[in-house]
Amino acid sequence: MTSMNTTGRSLLQNDAGVLEGSSRVFAAGHVGNLSGLQWLASLRGIKPGLVLAWSVIAIVVLWGLFPHWFTSYSGTVGVARQQLRAPSADHWLGTDALGRDLLARIIYGTSQSLSGAIVAVGVGLLVGTALGLVAGSARGKVESAVMRGVDVLLSIPQLLLSLSIVILLGFGTVNAAIAVGVTSIASFARLARSEVVRVRASDYVEAAFGSGGTFLRVLLRHILPNSLTSVIALAALQFGSAILAISTLGFLGYGAPPPTPEWGLLIAEGRNYIARAWWLTTAPGLVVILVVLSANRISRSFGKAGA
Amino acid sequence: MSRYVIGRVGQALLVLWAAFTVSFVLLQALPGDAILIKFLNPELGLGPEQIAEIRASYGADVPLLSQYLHSIVNFLSGEFGYSVQAGVPVGDLLLANLPPSLWLATLGFLLATILAGVVAVLSTLAPFAWLRSLIQSVPSLFVSTPVFWLGILLIQVFSFQLRLIPVINPGPWEALILPVLTLAVPISAPLAQILIRNIDEVMTEPFIAVARAKGASRSWVLWKHVAKNAILPTLTIGGILFGELLAGAVVTEAVFGLNGIGGLTQRAVGSQDIAVLQALVVFSAVAFVLINLAVDLLYPVFDPRLRIRERAAA
Repeated sequence: MTSMNTTGRSLLQNDAGVLEGSSRVFAAGHVGNLSGLQWLASLRGIKPGLVLAWSVIAIVVLWGLFPHWFTSYSGTVGVARQQLRAPSADHWLGTDALGRDLLARIIYGTSQSLSGAIVAVGVGLLVGTALGLVAGSARGKVESAVMRGVDVLLSIPQLLLSLSIVILLGFGTVNAAIAVGVTSIASFARLARSEVVRVRASDYVEAAFGSGGTFLRVLLRHILPNSLTSVIALAALQFGSAILAISTLGFLGYGAPPPTPEWGLLIAEGRNYIARAWWLTTAPGLVVILVVLSANRISRSFGKAGA
Repeated sequence: MSRYVIGRVGQALLVLWAAFTVSFVLLQALPGDAILIKFLNPELGLGPEQIAEIRASYGADVPLLSQYLHSIVNFLSGEFGYSVQAGVPVGDLLLANLPPSLWLATLGFLLATILAGVVAVLSTLAPFAWLRSLIQSVPSLFVSTPVFWLGILLIQVFSFQLRLIPVINPGPWEALILPVLTLAVPISAPLAQILIRNIDEVMTEPFIAVARAKGASRSWVLWKHVAKNAILPTLTIGGILFGELLAGAVVTEAVFGLNGIGGLTQRAVGSQDIAVLQALVVFSAVAFVLINLAVDLLYPVFDPRLRIRERAAA
C-alpha cells in the first residue's frame, strides 16, 4: 500500500524482532532436564527470565506505592556532613552533593516515573485504540482519513513531536507524560485497526451479526475482547519506552522541576559531579535499564500468549 | 508502474501538507508567545504599543488563517520566518547548525552499521549456542539504555577514569569520538535486530539447506548466500532510523554540549521559539517522507524478484 504502511509494518516486525531475540536467551535457561520429583516437573513451565522481570516490576511498583517501607532516609532532605559519600553500609548507593541518600531518591522518584509512564500509556492506549477501532469497524472514507492521520503522526520523529507538545502544554511531569503518550497513539491505532480487521473477518463475528447483533454490541462483546491481547502486549512494550522517553524529557529539563527526585533528573543532576561521584549517574541509569528490559520481557510473554 | 510512482509521490505530498498543518495548528495554538516572552521583560522598558508594533512586524497580529496561508507560501519558497530569540532568519540558523550535526549523524550511522553487522554476524557464527543467544540479546539491551546516560557513562569511563580523551579543549576529532559512539549504540539496535531476523529467515530457505548439504560451511553460506538476501529488507527501516538519528542527535548534543540541530532544537523549546521548531518539524517530516519514498521506489530496482512479480501481475 503506502510507504508509511511499509514503515509501520517494519516497526511492528521490529518489535517482534526484539521479542524473539531474547526469548531464545531465556528459553535456553530452562532446557535442563528436571526429572524425578513431581513438583519440580511443575516448575518446568516457569521461565526464570520472566519471573525475574515480574519481580523487578513488582519491587518497583512497591517502591512507587510505599517508598517509606524501603528506606529510612528522606528523598528530598539531606543529612548534614554526609555530602557526596561513596556507596557504603549506611548509604547503599552513596549520597549526593546535598547529603541526600541516592537510594532513597531513586525509591521516592519511582512514583514520578511510574505514574508518568502509566499516564503516557493510558493516553496512547485510549486514544489510539479508539481511533483504530473506529477505523477498522467503519471502513471506507473514515478508515482512510484516520489512517492517513496516523501516517502523519508517524512522519514526525517522536522526540520532536513530544517536544512540540511540551511547548504547547508547558513543562511538568504530567505534561511530559502526555507528550510522550501522544507519540504512541499512532502505533496503538495501527495495531488496533489491523486486529479489528482480522477479528471481523472471522466466522463467529459474522454469526453474531447474523443472529441480529447490533454493530455496537458486536463490537463490545466480540471484537474488542478478541483484539485485546496484542494491544496489551503493545501497552507493556510502550510502558518501557515511555519510561525511557520520560526520563529523557526529565534529563533535558522539561519534566518535573528540580527538587523532585525523577529518574532522568537524578542523572542530569549527577552529571555535574561525574569527576568525583560516579554513583550519582550510574545507579539511576541502571534502574531505568532494568525496568525497561523487564517491561519488554513481559510484553514478549503476552505476545506469545496471543499468537 | 508509472501510475504507481505518481500515486506514491502524491501520497507523499499529502502527508507533507498534513504534517505542516498539524505542526502549525499545534504550535500556533500556543498559550505562550515567544514575542511576549522576549519583549515583556520589564528591563527592556517597552510600552504595550511598542510591543504591539513588534508583534505586527513579526506578522503575529493577523488572523490565524491568513498567517497559515502566508506561511505555507513562505515555506514553499524557502522562507522559514524569523527566529524570535536569535533575531535571524530560521533558514540561516538551520544552515549554520547543520554541518556539525551532519558529521555526527554520518559517522554515528556508519559506526552503527558496523556495530550492527558485527553483532548480527557473531550471533550466527559464534561457536556456542549460549554465546550466540547472549549476543542476540545485545540489541534489546541497547534499546533499553537511555542515550543520555550512556553518554555520561562514556565521559566518566574514558575521560575521567582512563583519562584517554581530554574533557577540556579536545581536538576536533577527539571531541567527536564519544558523541559518535553514544549516537551509534541506539541506532545499531534496530539495525542489528532486523539483520538477525533476516539472517534467521534466510537460513531456513531450501537453497541454504542445499548449499549446506553440498558441504558448504556455515560461514561460507552466510557470506555467499545469506548476506545479500538479509541486507535488503534493512532498507525498509530507513525512515525510522532517520527519526532515531535526529532524536539521538538532540540528546547527544545536549550531553556533550555540541552546537548543531540538536542544540538548536533544545534552545528553541526552552525559549518557545515557534518558528524554529516548526521549521525543524517540517524539515524532518520532509526527510522522513523522502527516505520512505526513495525506499519504496528503489526496492524493486535492488530486488529483481519484485520486478518479476510485478510484471507477472501486470
